[in-house]
Amino acid sequence: MTPSRGAGEAPLAGSAPLIDAHAHFYHADAGRADWADVNSARFRAGDRIGITYHVASVLGSYGFSSPTYFPSPADVERGNDAMLDIASREQDRVRMFTTVNPNYTDHALREVERCTKRGAIGVKLLASRRANDPLLDPVAALAGERGLPVLHHIWQHRTREWPSQEISDGIDLSGLAERHPKTSFILAHIGGGGDYMHTFRAVADVPNIYPDLSGSGVDRGMLDAAVSALGARRLLWGCDLTMCTGLAKLRALDTIGLQSGDIADIRWRNAVRIFPPNSFPRCTA
Amino acid sequence: MIDVNTFIGEYPFRHVPHPTPEALLRVLDRERIESAWVGHLPSAFYRDPTLGNAELFATLQPFSSRLEAVPAIRPDWPGWQAALRDAKSAGAPAVRLYPPQWGLGPHDHRFAEIAIAAGELEMAVVLTVRFEDLRQRHPLDGASDLSAATVRSLARAGDSVRLVVTAAGRDMIEEVHWGLTPAEQRRILWDIAWIWGPPEDHLAKLFRTIGAERFVFGSQWPLRLVQAPRANLDLLPDDLRQVLLGRL
Repeated sequence: MTPSRGAGEAPLAGSAPLIDAHAHFYHADAGRADWADVNSARFRAGDRIGITYHVASVLGSYGFSSPTYFPSPADVERGNDAMLDIASREQDRVRMFTTVNPNYTDHALREVERCTKRGAIGVKLLASRRANDPLLDPVAALAGERGLPVLHHIWQHRTREWPSQEISDGIDLSGLAERHPKTSFILAHIGGGGDYMHTFRAVADVPNIYPDLSGSGVDRGMLDAAVSALGARRLLWGCDLTMCTGLAKLRALDTIGLQSGDIADIRWRNAVRIFPPNSFPRCTA
Repeated sequence: MIDVNTFIGEYPFRHVPHPTPEALLRVLDRERIESAWVGHLPSAFYRDPTLGNAELFATLQPFSSRLEAVPAIRPDWPGWQAALRDAKSAGAPAVRLYPPQWGLGPHDHRFAEIAIAAGELEMAVVLTVRFEDLRQRHPLDGASDLSAATVRSLARAGDSVRLVVTAAGRDMIEEVHWGLTPAEQRRILWDIAWIWGPPEDHLAKLFRTIGAERFVFGSQWPLRLVQAPRANLDLLPDDLRQVLLGRL
């Protein structure tokens, strides 16, 4: 995992702090032979963009031995162990979400405690159970007690069931967030599929929900609408599976009339505010 | 640098900011792109695109040194041959076809006929795999993505055929490319608007396997950020970035 940026080459997104609030890494049990290459590519691109911290999770076995969005407890643990190893090895640039499956409530709570003790700074919920289901309450409550933001996988406007996931949308997450007003929720990837305009309306009045900008979608007008509906202090920059679109969105933020403070909020300051104190020592104004 | 995949005009299923030639020129200047092939976005959804084409040519006329009109021509519409000749006379470098939006199947012989005729006039055919992600479409937007079978069928239609396929992802590109003879493969250029960069590095993999010479710069502006394909190029692995940027 060697940085690829050449000596003296400036970061493409500038040298100001930059936190990717939605990243993933792979591991040897993830069912793909190129897992290490993909991890290396994330670091290579992160260095070229100028990412200060990758806040990342491992999603069980990514479908190899249990489904990506419904990981078995064993796969959850194996994935979290792999993520702990990466975060430990790359302490200067990687932070970790603990992935859990809330259908196994006790296991989920134990995983949050176990991984938080070893440095995890957030909780990752997939699509194993709809976001407004009371089964998520113990996880959300524990996250709130520990000051850990919860990154929740979201489909922007759920109009029907989709295969391979029990998908949630902004309205569903709002139900959970309103029951846990002291817990911060990161609404995943407004560019990750579905109708983001629906999401903005759904979460506008739920101040503890922070949408991230990640996802492959780069619709013109999406960023403008997000800022207009929610304000820059509610948005987090991130990449998820496509770092090219992450860089494109950073460049677009420079063209839509934001103040420099707004851009700093989205790039890193909002993340510093919602994650536990001192999570990002390299991010200072 | 030429952006082969831009439009002007409104999109019927969501608001698109400033889809005008003036805005497009500002974007091209900002992104250091010399010129663009420009389609008329609403015409993809018109039953008869004739008047949309007229509007396209008239609107772009003051900007014709940098914005080249690419009209839409339905091969199932009477008089398409004349429309094609008119497009050639007006200087169009290509024509746009929209098989899914027009409800025409992958092996419709009329597509082959217009692709051959366009090629004989040294005009390319621009195909659009998708305007939006399937997951966000309006309920009335029932057209499927363009199928790989349609692209293969057109590529096999004749020696003169030249296709520019826009908004395809890695899976479709590979399915088409490896399903064609080398001669047929050379009839297709792919734009990079919807190809993933790192960490999956689909663009890099395609450059290494299919060859960068089969790809062109396209953004799908005003639907998508023009910064996206540029960012994808900027994030190529170093060996590819240095060698390939000059070719696109």
